[in-house]
Amino acid sequence: MEYFFELLFSGLTRGSIYALIALGYTMVYGIIGLINFAHGEMYMIGAFTALIVSSVLTIYGLPLPAILVLTALAAAVWAGAYGFTVERLAYRPLRNAPRLAPLISAIGMSIFLQNYVLLAQTPDFVPFPTLIPEFAFLEPYGGIVGSSDLVILAVSTLVMAALTLLIKYTRIGKAMRATAQDQKMALLVGINVDRIISLTFVVGSALAAIGGLLIASHIGQINFAIGFLAGIKAFTAAVLGGIGSIPGAVLGSFVLGLTEAFATGYVSSDYEDVFAFSLLVLILIFRPAGLLGKAAVEKV
Amino acid sequence: MLELRAIDAAYGHIQALRQVSLRVDRGEIVTLIGANGAGKTTTLMAISGLVPPCRGEILFEGRPVGGLPPEALVRLGICQVPEGRHVFPDLTVAENLDMGAFLRRDRRQVAADREHLYNLFPVLKQRRHQPGGTLSGGEQQMLAISRALMTRPRLLLLDEPSMGLAPLMTRHLFEIIIKINKEQQRTILLVEQNANLALQVADRGYVLENGRIVMHDTAAALRRNPDIQKAYLGI
Ligand SMILES: Nc1ncnc2c1ncn2[C@@H]1O[C@H](COP(=O)(O)OP(=O)(O)O)[C@@H](O)[C@H]1O
Ligand SMILES: [Mg+2]
Repeated sequence: MEYFFELLFSGLTRGSIYALIALGYTMVYGIIGLINFAHGEMYMIGAFTALIVSSVLTIYGLPLPAILVLTALAAAVWAGAYGFTVERLAYRPLRNAPRLAPLISAIGMSIFLQNYVLLAQTPDFVPFPTLIPEFAFLEPYGGIVGSSDLVILAVSTLVMAALTLLIKYTRIGKAMRATAQDQKMALLVGINVDRIISLTFVVGSALAAIGGLLIASHIGQINFAIGFLAGIKAFTAAVLGGIGSIPGAVLGSFVLGLTEAFATGYVSSDYEDVFAFSLLVLILIFRPAGLLGKAAVEKV
Repeated sequence: MLELRAIDAAYGHIQALRQVSLRVDRGEIVTLIGANGAGKTTTLMAISGLVPPCRGEILFEGRPVGGLPPEALVRLGICQVPEGRHVFPDLTVAENLDMGAFLRRDRRQVAADREHLYNLFPVLKQRRHQPGGTLSGGEQQMLAISRALMTRPRLLLLDEPSMGLAPLMTRHLFEIIIKINKEQQRTILLVEQNANLALQVADRGYVLENGRIVMHDTAAALRRNPDIQKAYLGI
């Protein structure tokens, strides 16, 4: 039973990281119909930013919780700036081009950002400091759930709740939904669609960066390529849930995270990634629109 | 209030408007009639800034506004209800109205305007928590017009408001259009396939054929014109 709970928490932790990344995929797809292949790189850039910022803050001797909060803010803002710039440079000029063009541009951006970090930082894995304090009250449950599991769950729940409130109740959130549903009409009521699209990239990148920071602190090392697999997994989760749907991305992420945790725990850990992609294939065969997606409508 | 001077507009290589000139004065209802594909929608999209004219001038209250982004035009007081209504399907009725007020900061006045529209269209109040996409065609048209009115337009552009509506609904809708014009003093440029109806409510009319204005006159004169009767009124 203890093993079950250990796997459960491990699955929930994975799921919440996937969700933080998957939200960016699904929001961008929902609003401009683009699969942003460079999105995983925002997660990687978030982790690197966090490494640099937290190292500096540690030198100044700040307490750990303060370092965690400030680092998360810095990573979110910096990755947000990257997301904004990538959209401006690589996608906006291709807004009216054939569908394949921005997709190729996105893959190009992904390769560029990976190599840029490789050159500017290092090709090797670098150790990442533990930013999450050990909670004394968790000691008796050490084998089941660690402090970082708990913090990851709490932070991502908080962030997702904030995003939900933003999208559901604020003026900008409603404008984001309106733009996703009918861009031409959004223009006709005076919504600055370009600005809404930029904001979507900024928010999505910031969420991914927070995911990157949390997982880096959990695992303890990063390199320039970590965005690739995480990005593909989160993309899988978004498709699983129904790409374009925000609750779908969250659900798909937890389904994926739990499936991976239980399958590797009870079956075999050698095939970790195989389970994720088998699940994707099964969903695409039996529910092509994803768990919560609408019947596929070709976006024009 | 609005003046188009020799506008050309094109979609890529397809030229949709040639030398279109027209004028709408304050307080008027002006109608633009013409066959399918004549360029009526394109004319409205040019005024709204979605299909910027490649030649010619657009003046609004004496100021050149051609080439301004749609947002700026809404701020100046031009709002369009496009063909096919384009209600935001997954936003509730109330949220659709909020989007009409997107650029406004005068919260109290926004709330008052919303109440006024709920009085004008009680069915919208009943359904205010329902997604826009679940409304009937007529209700969607009322929502689309209300959403446009939430922008407080001085010039309202209506593209085929009667399309797909039952005759009774159409009559009701046109009564409301007259009311918006007379009671709220909003100037209206009305595009209609149903030329009969349009010429009954309008003060003046323009006839568009293959992207050109071929005739313009008072609505009464157009109704009596034998060519118009034959081509557009089915008499
Ligand atoms: N998005 C578009 N792309 C290419 N051509 C278009 C587009 N929209 C309209 N047209 C063309 O422009 C001309 C005018 O169309 P439109 O303004 O929609 O006419 P109307 O509203 O009078 O029916 C037509 O020949 C139509 O085929
Ligand atoms: Mg039309």
